[in-house]
Amino acid sequence: MDFEPKILGLLCNWCSYTGADLAGTARMKYPPNVYTVRVMCSGRVDPGFILDAMRAGADGVLVCGCHPGDCHYVEGNYKCLRRIPLTKKLLEGFGIDPRRLRLEWVSASEGGRFKEVVTEFTEQIRALGPLKLNDWAFAEQPLEVHEAA
Amino acid sequence: MPKPKLAVYWAASCGGCDIAILDIEDKILAVADFFDLCLWPCAADFKYADVRAMDDKSITLTLFNGAIRNSENYEIARLLRGKSVVLAAFGSCATEGGIPGLANLTGKEAILDYVYIKSPSTVNPDKIYPQPRCKVPEGEIYIPEMWNTVRALHQVIDVDYIIPGCPPQSDQIAAVVGAVIDILSTGKPLPPKGTVLGASEKSCCDECPRKRDVKKITKFRRPFEGPTDPDICLMEQGLVCLGPATRSGCGAKCVSAGMPCRGCYSLPANVRDQGAKMVSALASVVDSTDPTEIDRIIATIPDPVGTFYRFSLAESFLRRKQA
Ligand code: FES
Repeated sequence: MDFEPKILGLLCNWCSYTGADLAGTARMKYPPNVYTVRVMCSGRVDPGFILDAMRAGADGVLVCGCHPGDCHYVEGNYKCLRRIPLTKKLLEGFGIDPRRLRLEWVSASEGGRFKEVVTEFTEQIRALGPLKLNDWAFAEQPLEVHEAA
Repeated sequence: MPKPKLAVYWAASCGGCDIAILDIEDKILAVADFFDLCLWPCAADFKYADVRAMDDKSITLTLFNGAIRNSENYEIARLLRGKSVVLAAFGSCATEGGIPGLANLTGKEAILDYVYIKSPSTVNPDKIYPQPRCKVPEGEIYIPEMWNTVRALHQVIDVDYIIPGCPPQSDQIAAVVGAVIDILSTGKPLPPKGTVLGASEKSCCDECPRKRDVKKITKFRRPFEGPTDPDICLMEQGLVCLGPATRSGCGAKCVSAGMPCRGCYSLPANVRDQGAKMVSALASVVDSTDPTEIDRIIATIPDPVGTFYRFSLAESFLRRKQA
């Protein structure tokens, strides 16, 4: 079967979610691979959400917020801007391609930009292939009894 | 009436947890008085066969330290689980993988290859590796089989309580053991399963005596790179301190002495991944809104994964390095 990327999209309420909405109302076509979750601000995105999503089966995570200077909470997006590169370092340390995580600024009026970002990122993840976590879970093993001990 | 039985076991561990138990000083006498010791490889000569011969649920309390990294650790964990009424993960390694869990940044093959072939002090032209089973004239002998991934105890068996720390502080151990003796002798109810004992819910920062400002930094540094101010938050002085992502209970010993928290007391109740929490905490002290400058500043953090998950890698969301 062909690989269809599963992407988690974390969109800030004030700009990017509205931008995505605009792409929808304008009937723009873009890949259906991004599962969006609305957050109040990109500064609300705990890096744990990103790692947890990858653990739970996301092949990529897209975080979108207001352009720098435009955050509804003044500097939430700067927080995000500082967290994402460090989160990418963690991913690298875990042997996961950091390109599976992307931060983009999308304003409420940029429906077209949202479409572009989603299309491009979906292709990126498609090219990287599925994210498989090797030897992550524990499989019950037969009990081996070492009598001499 | 026979005394209740106590077992202390070490799996993949350094022995520090056993020493910490002995460190409770004269209170160890109360323990010896109250309990009948039935297994403690570090301190007494009991055999696995003795434990196997016991009835199920005949050990009242097992303190299990060490991570699960080979078939023997796993075998004894299962054995003790069956024989014990109450089994507690004791120390960081059992709780969350601990230092041995860092081996998950590589794998079994790479580790064996380094130890038996590549390390500078090794001469092994025939490439002889330890084999789990081996035939000798006297018969077949075996050693435990090493696993590719190190696991926390609760990932392989059911665990009743958690006593974190590397090692758990002796005053905390004494308090926990005292409470256990009290519960057993008065018939009081046990705390709910899954309770973290000998620590609090909050983070190390809540116990830390240092002052927090809103100071930001332009470079991270390591403890040996110059002295620190004794009164100000270490993170605001550019040190990678795991305080915000670590449970309190140790009495803030390291940070009080000027060493950044290494993160041994496991995760606070509201944190699910130590590294993720550290990313948030460190991002908030980085003084820049410019992507290039941000990259430069975070590049001064040596080994983020190994540092943020020093004790909790095996228990993190991603658990191990992906091939
Ligand atoms: S509200 Fe949009 S990024 Fe903060």
